[in-house]
This record gives sequence, structure tokens and C-alpha cells, in this order.
Amino acid sequence: MVNIRYAKDNFELGENQSVLDCLTGRGVPVPFSCRSGVCQTCLMRATGGTPPESSQNGLKDTLKLQNYFLACICHPTADLEVAMPNDNDVQAVIPATVKSLKLLNSEIMHVELECHAPIDYRAGQFINLFRDRSLGRSYSLASVPHEDDHLHLHVRRLPQGRVSGWIHEELRPGETVEIRGPGGDCFYTPGNAEQGLVLIGTGSGLAPLYGIIRDALSQNHTGPIHLFHGSRDLNGFYLTGELRDLVEQYSNFNYVPCLSGGDAAHGFAAGRADDVAFQQIPNLKNWRMFLCGHPDMVKAAKKKAFMAGASMKDIYADAFNVSQSS
Amino acid sequence: MSQQQSLYEKLGGEAAVNAAVDIFYRKVLSDDRISSFFEGVDMETQAAKQKSFLTMAFGGPHNYSGLDMRRGHAHLVERGLNDTHVDAVIEDLAATLRELNVGEDLIAQVGAIAESTRNDVLGR
Repeated sequence: MVNIRYAKDNFELGENQSVLDCLTGRGVPVPFSCRSGVCQTCLMRATGGTPPESSQNGLKDTLKLQNYFLACICHPTADLEVAMPNDNDVQAVIPATVKSLKLLNSEIMHVELECHAPIDYRAGQFINLFRDRSLGRSYSLASVPHEDDHLHLHVRRLPQGRVSGWIHEELRPGETVEIRGPGGDCFYTPGNAEQGLVLIGTGSGLAPLYGIIRDALSQNHTGPIHLFHGSRDLNGFYLTGELRDLVEQYSNFNYVPCLSGGDAAHGFAAGRADDVAFQQIPNLKNWRMFLCGHPDMVKAAKKKAFMAGASMKDIYADAFNVSQSS
Repeated sequence: MSQQQSLYEKLGGEAAVNAAVDIFYRKVLSDDRISSFFEGVDMETQAAKQKSFLTMAFGGPHNYSGLDMRRGHAHLVERGLNDTHVDAVIEDLAATLRELNVGEDLIAQVGAIAESTRNDVLGR
């Protein structure tokens, strides 16, 4: 007998019944549409047990690795604990000690956190960092598991930012904060090591990209890796020394800082990061894309990348939406 | 043997849908007659919907009813969705299949399935 566990309830799965039918039959409001494993409306995540491979048909690799599945074509042969895809409350809050705080430029703080419990994450995913129980913000992980001992965040100070301002002004090394996560599907997946990667980021959108690049290189990615980091002025660039060191060290890695405002400067491409990238690599067929930072840039670049030939399943994006309550 | 094959099998099944979906979605997005209906929608979600549509039009497995079609497009009908837009989608679909070297007889069959949803899509 197979049981489906959802939000502390146990449901017995009928013979030949899908997880979708099982849950909706008991009144769980799982959204669905095609009921044939195509439209992905009934996307769910297994938080315990492993979903059958057939129930992950057509999903992005990053979702498969996190045990996402389609409920309408899921016929498990063993018990499964399931959750809605955006149900972050299933994750426990973990305390973490601030190991160091260091300004990367005038507005971005490098935050190093040591978790009190192990956290299983991939470079490029995000965590939520809480100022108090009801006030948290998402920050991307620039650190790479197995390469870095602690979690690394790049926190940009926002005007009136209630969490970023607190991190910049009040937080001190040695203090303990609470975090929850990880989440997000913008990260490197092994396999297809010769595929070209294009990474476009603005501002602190460099954080996930810096993690993803080092993750890919440490997993022996052999294809070309092009990073385009955009800023309006020269002060916005950071980690330039580290990135140039990587260029020296890896012949397949290329770093292009893109200056969108003011006069062009030596060593910088003139223009917005996405424009420069699409100019330099006009045909993106078979390339893997990573787009992080300003929501307008991410949205526009996603469409441009797709129209330039990138397949939808090869486009990974993380838009840094600013909370309305800052 | 070949006479027993369904349209979906003749087209190449799920692999054919996967091959067609990006091409079709690109055509739709660059088609000035209908692209405005796709502005502001999440591309990932939309790509999955396109895939469902193609699976159905290719004669593949689906569970869409006429009512689903009506509900799914009602908000677009309110924004002015009409016959010319359905025509455009069916044209883009045929162009996609031609690009994939599908024979005209099969293209006509796919077109007929897409055509059969017209009244439900337009809510009449």
C-alpha cells in the first residue's frame, strides 16, 4: 500500500491512481490543466521519498535534481511526502553565525555565514535571511559547496532597505542570524560539459553567477564560459581581481565588464551587459544561459536569448525583485 | 502497418513536439498580429502551454475539453481575440511543421485539429 503524505495528512493511493487524483479527490486544491504530463500546471515537489523518473518527464534538469515532479503522471510504488512547489515553509529555520562582513564596493557587502546545521545547496540558489521572524529577504549564494567553508552572500544596500540597511549598518561578526533555504533553480547541472555558457548579471546579480562559474569550473566544464557583468558606473564593479585571476587560470573562461553609463573606459565594453552579450554572441542555439539581477534586464534578456536560438530549457533566470516594503 | 499509425505516431510523437515547441513559440512571439497577447506572461509557463497545445494538435494524448478551452481563453476574448488571431496561430503552426519537413497531408490534418478548437477558443 502506497501512502501520499501532504501537510501532515496521509492519503492512501488507489490502484492506478495518480498523485494528482489522490490529492484532489481528498479536497487538496492542486492546480492542474492537461492531465497528461505536458502543461506542468500540477508541478509539485517530493520532500520525502523519490518521485518516479517518468513523473519528471520534460522538467528542467535543475527541477529534476530537486525532486520536482508532475502530479498527474506520478504513480509512485513507494511512499512519497509531497509539497506545493512554492511552499517554503516546509524548510526549517537554521541559525547561522556571521563570520565576516566586508565591503566589496561602496554599496555591496560580502556576508559570510557559518550554519549551525548542515545545509544542502547549490551555488546560485538563494536563502532567506531574517532580521526577525517576520522580516526576511532573499539573497543568492556566491559560495560553492566543497570549495567554500561558509555561505557567501553579496548584499546590496537598498535605499530604505529594512534588511539590507540593517546588514550594512548594524550587523556585526559573531552575531547569530536565522536563515531558511535554499531555494531557486538557477544553478549549474553537470552533464553536457562542452556546452557553451553565457552568464549575464547586473549589480549584485554577480553573486549567483560567481558561484555558478566556480561550480562549473570545479566540475570540469570544458565548454566556453562567458561572463558579462553590467554596471552604470565604474564603482559598481567588484571581484574584478578574482575574476581576472580565473581568466588567467582557465582558458575557457572569459570576463567582460560592461559599462552602460558615461564614457567608455579601457578594459570595459561600452553598453548594457545584455546588449553587449547578444552582440558578441548573436546565435545562441545550443548555449546555456544564466540571467541574474535587475528584473527588467532579466525579462528582456530571457526573451532575446530565446529569440536568438537558446532553448527554453537552457535558460536559467533569477530576477532580483525588490520587496514593495523594502 | 503505416495505415494503423496514428497522426501523433506519424509525426514522431513526443520528440516531434519537443522539436516543434521552441520554433513555434518563436514564430508566435515574432508575429505582430498576435504577439501582444503574449506580453507580460511568464515565458516558462507559456512554453509549457504551447507544448500542451502542440501535443493536442498533433493528435497526441490530452484531456482538454471544449470547456477548458473556453475558460483558458476567456480573458483573451475580452481583450479582443478574434478569428484573425486564430488564423495567425494556425498559419504559424503550419510554417513550423514545414520548417521541420513535415508533409503537406499531415500538416493539413494538424491544421484540422487546431481548427476544430476555434469556436471554443473564441467562446462562441
